[in-house]
Amino acid sequence: MTAGVNRFDWLSEFLARCEDEMIRVRGSSVRALAPAHLLHLDVEDWGRTAAVAKELDCRWCALWAEQLDAETLQVNACLSREGDYFVLRAAVPLATPVLPSHTPVYPAANRPERHAQDLFGLVFSDHPDHRRWIRHQAWAEDHYPLRHDFPARPEGVGETPPDSGYPFFQAQGSGVYEIPVGPVHAGIIEPGHFRFQAVGETVLNLEERLGYVHKGIEKIAEGRMPEALARLAGRVSGDTTVAHAWAACQAMERAAGVDVPSRALAIRAVLAERERIANHLGDIGAICNDVGFAFVQMQCSRLREDWQRGNQFVFGHRLLMDRVVPGGVWRDLTPQCAKLLLTENARLRSELDELLSILDDHPSLEDRLLGTGVLPAETARTLGAVGYLAKASGIDLDLRRDHGYAPYDRLTVDSPCLQAGDVAARLQVRAAEIRHSLELLEHLLKRPPVGPVQAGWRTPAAGAEGLGLVEGWRGEIITHVRFGDDGRIARFFPRDPSWLNWPILEQLIHGNIVPDFPVCNKSVNGSYSGQDL
Amino acid sequence: MLRIFDKIRRVGIVTERAPRDIELEALGKQVKRHIDGRFSGSLAIRVVDAGSCNGCELEIHALNNPYYDVERFGVHFVASPRHADALLVTGPVSRHMEAALKRTYAATPSPKWVIACGDCACDGGEFGVSYASCGAVENVIPVDVVIPGCPPAPRNLLRGLLAAMAG
Repeated sequence: MTAGVNRFDWLSEFLARCEDEMIRVRGSSVRALAPAHLLHLDVEDWGRTAAVAKELDCRWCALWAEQLDAETLQVNACLSREGDYFVLRAAVPLATPVLPSHTPVYPAANRPERHAQDLFGLVFSDHPDHRRWIRHQAWAEDHYPLRHDFPARPEGVGETPPDSGYPFFQAQGSGVYEIPVGPVHAGIIEPGHFRFQAVGETVLNLEERLGYVHKGIEKIAEGRMPEALARLAGRVSGDTTVAHAWAACQAMERAAGVDVPSRALAIRAVLAERERIANHLGDIGAICNDVGFAFVQMQCSRLREDWQRGNQFVFGHRLLMDRVVPGGVWRDLTPQCAKLLLTENARLRSELDELLSILDDHPSLEDRLLGTGVLPAETARTLGAVGYLAKASGIDLDLRRDHGYAPYDRLTVDSPCLQAGDVAARLQVRAAEIRHSLELLEHLLKRPPVGPVQAGWRTPAAGAEGLGLVEGWRGEIITHVRFGDDGRIARFFPRDPSWLNWPILEQLIHGNIVPDFPVCNKSVNGSYSGQDL
Repeated sequence: MLRIFDKIRRVGIVTERAPRDIELEALGKQVKRHIDGRFSGSLAIRVVDAGSCNGCELEIHALNNPYYDVERFGVHFVASPRHADALLVTGPVSRHMEAALKRTYAATPSPKWVIACGDCACDGGEFGVSYASCGAVENVIPVDVVIPGCPPAPRNLLRGLLAAMAG
């Protein structure tokens, strides 16, 4: 694939197929959500269009709704093919907010549609699973927090009862037993509930129940100024602060028509690659620790600490929060700091050469990781896996290369892709990504563009919208932003990669033993906060 | 195996001494007296993420890395509130975690401390109070000590923990 070229040369075929199916594309725009194409549909064609997209091997990415006025909800679905993105859009009357579901064709749409069902009151008529998803007991079934008539801070809210009555999948039979886990887990980890059905040690079924850290991010984003939205986006998932802030800023900048200086983009990429390395180091250590190999955990947590101290020294924040701001980055990088980062790069590279060769040469580790939590390529494709989960199962997907946003459009992104689909492969993909990120950092730091690191902000017109598309360390992030009056945010929807990867954990655990759940879970490492919002 | 031992030998012990901070060292000595007297030398902490973005958790994890090695101060993280002397609570308390947090608090044997960790736990932070968030931890359970920061760096966490014990 050629970086940076969005060809859409398959789009005419897609539109022709739509015509064959008597689907009326009521309008399209290449500019409104550039670089994505926007296609307006009638509500009744919503489901059939997804079927056409599926026939053309398009990948389903995201769904979000917004309330346009007192009478209308607008539903958006983002799909992708070959690094090109397109957004389907339909207006649904608020009085009868019913539309067909994408889930029968694309299972990945299941939870995002139920999220929209709970928060907007949309009814996806042929959805195979009408259970609530994000709603527990904090608001009533007939209340919809993201509608305009629902206050962000309602008066007189009493104590919220614990969630109960959620109809979990049941399994019965001789020797079948159930293990409920969470929301409060044993480790230092985010809260969520896992319901296992097991026979002996073998997992028959796993069902996730998330939503415990739902903080109303989409609602409290409304009315914010761009800087405040960037701060909030940087806390959608604290481990992905750079990539989420970048995606939100990219969306706002596209909406406002602000051109970010190339030096600022290079610094953003430095931040994003450093974030990728820090998280992958943590994950490699944690995966090894979950099979009792504490040596690697200690070495990786040491290297991660060195890295975070570098972040503190050079960028003033250990996790790099609030360094990406609308229009650019918070501050320039001095040549001395760039030199320091290059030295740090070289040190990490030589440490890793030694550490990873020990890892490769450890049969007892292989024994635990090879063949554990296997995700076949077909399942990964059907469920729409992204990030290292996809790359470890033979799906070569990386926005930095396929979608070629700046500054990656001028770099060679050499993304790893393995076939085994097991925990070992997911670990190897992370290791390969660290090495590659070190290479990218060297390019970015040795030859940075010169110039300013901040563009002046232009207040966009009411109704202006933009789409942010960034490859975070977990994978593809898609963020939609719409502006309202006075340059304030009217709608913010960040689609963390975890939305797509969490359901896949339920599949890859089948047939594994319960004690291997922690290492399988760690190898996927979904964000709870990023999906609960 | 020999390569592992060799690597360990060459890296050596990187664990730092307690931060060279006179105030902190004085505090540390006081704390040691408290811990030895009241907890037989160890303070057991149960971490509860009540709605955090996961930033605080990363820094709490870092306390266990070889640089800080927090167990040498007599502090360790336990798997159950029933084993805990203190709860370290992160996040604004989401309404969906309100009951779970109260139950965790109830399951912790008295006497117990609650330490609110991070800006969100202290005052609601970036998320505040909303239809989905109760805001600060003290809006849900009594709080004894707060550790601000977004997130608090491991060193600040350490200071907060020591202050909690001395308080």
